[in-house]
Amino acid sequence: MSRIEARFAALRAEGRGGLVTFVTAGDPDTELSTEILAGMPAAGADIIELGMPFTDPVADGPAIELASGRALAGGHNMVRTLAMVRGFRETDNETPIVLMGYYNPIYAYGPERFAADAGSAGVDGLIVVDLPPEEEAEFSVPARAAGMDMIRLVAPTTTDERIATLVENASGFVYYVSVRGITGTSSAAAGDIESNVARIRKQTDLPIAVGFGIRTPTQAADVAGVADAAVVGTAIVEKVAGALNEQNVPAGDVVGDTLGYVSQLAEAVRSARNGNAS
Amino acid sequence: MTETLNTYRAGPDETGHFGIYGGRYVPETLMPLLSEVEEAYEAAKADPAFRAEFDNLMTHYVGRPSPLYFASRITEHCGGAKIYFKRDELNHTGAHKINNTLGQILLARRMGKTRIIAETGAGQHGVATATVCALFGIPCVVYMGAVDIERQKPNVFRMKLLGAEVVPVSTGSSTLKDAMNGALRDWVAHVDDTFYVIGTVAGPHPYPAMVRDFQSVIGIETREQIMAAEGRLPDTLVACIGGGSNAMGLFHPFLDDDGIRIVGVEAAGDGIDTDRHAASLSGGKPGVLHGNRTYLLQDEDGQIAEAHSISAGLDYPGIGPEHAWLHDSGRVEYASATDTAALDAFQLCSKLEGIIPALEPAHALAHVLEIAPDLPSDHILVMNMCGRGDKDVFSVADALGVDL
Repeated sequence: MSRIEARFAALRAEGRGGLVTFVTAGDPDTELSTEILAGMPAAGADIIELGMPFTDPVADGPAIELASGRALAGGHNMVRTLAMVRGFRETDNETPIVLMGYYNPIYAYGPERFAADAGSAGVDGLIVVDLPPEEEAEFSVPARAAGMDMIRLVAPTTTDERIATLVENASGFVYYVSVRGITGTSSAAAGDIESNVARIRKQTDLPIAVGFGIRTPTQAADVAGVADAAVVGTAIVEKVAGALNEQNVPAGDVVGDTLGYVSQLAEAVRSARNGNAS
Repeated sequence: MTETLNTYRAGPDETGHFGIYGGRYVPETLMPLLSEVEEAYEAAKADPAFRAEFDNLMTHYVGRPSPLYFASRITEHCGGAKIYFKRDELNHTGAHKINNTLGQILLARRMGKTRIIAETGAGQHGVATATVCALFGIPCVVYMGAVDIERQKPNVFRMKLLGAEVVPVSTGSSTLKDAMNGALRDWVAHVDDTFYVIGTVAGPHPYPAMVRDFQSVIGIETREQIMAAEGRLPDTLVACIGGGSNAMGLFHPFLDDDGIRIVGVEAAGDGIDTDRHAASLSGGKPGVLHGNRTYLLQDEDGQIAEAHSISAGLDYPGIGPEHAWLHDSGRVEYASATDTAALDAFQLCSKLEGIIPALEPAHALAHVLEIAPDLPSDHILVMNMCGRGDKDVFSVADALGVDL
């Protein structure tokens, strides 16, 4: 059983939805980012999404784009991102890590080499925002061979017919992008999320995580009540940014503020019962 | 990779690829919409009424066909090949861009879209989009890099006069690539009512093929006009390349004519051997950005590098995927011209021909000035004069140290 499968099985056993937390690797620098990553499980993250910085993140809003910029300005790169995962795995062999980002840095690294290196570093899954199933073969084949899940995205615009294609050889979980828009801008209505999760559930037994536009502990708890997990990204990344001065130098407790917010989210998610647990 | 194909004009394949290039690398939210655009475009292409409306406006609104002009004084100056200019700078709005915006906005209307967005670098595509939106009374939002807004003020004001909203983009290098990011983000958030008018032969399928088709009028007219003038097809074609739409428009109808030398000219900025240029084929490598796989300026980590050119219209770190494929197949040659060479050509053309070229075709002309002297006097060369230089007089004065 993969770490992702094991985690969702444990969540089902607990009768609750999970909290998926996103931070950008290397933000605000590699060292502090490594500390944030290390503290995530104790703060209550059930699954960690680690953003691979990219200069042109077209599906992301300003908060995550700026986080990428901070990481890259500090010399962070794909090699360091994988090193962070490798380091994390020395002390944690249970919390799933999903790398999220855009295809060009993977393509530049070499899709086959990246798949092998990420798999051996302890990465469990990949969300490549601009790599739809139609284009993914050159990467997904070696990625699956290295034991990683290619996490499929479903959007509000995705038709039922297309969902069928998307989930056909999906694994890990399905990521429902709950808003028509970029990360961190607007939030979907709860009813909307519920009906779309039901629409996806008709076609797959895979767990469904919902992301985009989930900012507060209350929202996270609501979403974790109707889906298998809630993903929070921008609001966490904003905690990192909030502890920096105008020159992006830490002015406060970057790690403490960030993990503190994750704890608040986790507490809310854990107190919500999941009526829809499958 | 220089094996000769039966045809170079059959691409893209049914999945939108030119060899390994092109494709559809976009967030899932846009995937259904792109299929919709593709279906609507295929239906429009097959509909004589669509073609008739397009042709009618091309004649009476845009002013086509544009002349094919024998540039006798530049020819004399070079003392070699006979040089012709395809005068697409005489189109309404002063560049080739309107050929495409007219086509796409007619398609958007057909699809029932009620809001148009576009990205722009030099502002020519933004002006051409805003113009057609004004013609049809459609709201128009143009994303433009903050740096470009500064160096292309006349076009910014022009867009506003035409009723468009110009949204400054201050992320990244604040130029064309960032404007395209801005437009894509808008599109993801407004998929239901909005049509994204991409300004060049790049982006996700079907855009590279669709924009090429609308721009191919340039090459189709050139074939007829050169036959009338010279009784035969040209020996060499030259056009500048940023994303590459004017070049693809001129080249595509000639790709299968053996023996015609075809040259695209990229912007070399301070020089290809420096880190300040915009020549993605000469100085980049294949990658994925803005919905397609193509050559990109990037570092070894796959981070996109900033492009540099005196011409805002060529200041883009990528190139259309069909050019990437034509480059690898060897059918089209790709050269480059520096800022300095383009500035020299800009001034020479103004003085010798009474034509102030845009900085973009000034790059093509710089290459023509380099190769024409060594060619025989019966060699026919056609260069696409794809834009006029009124918009550039301020930045050229600045580059020449002239205080206006």
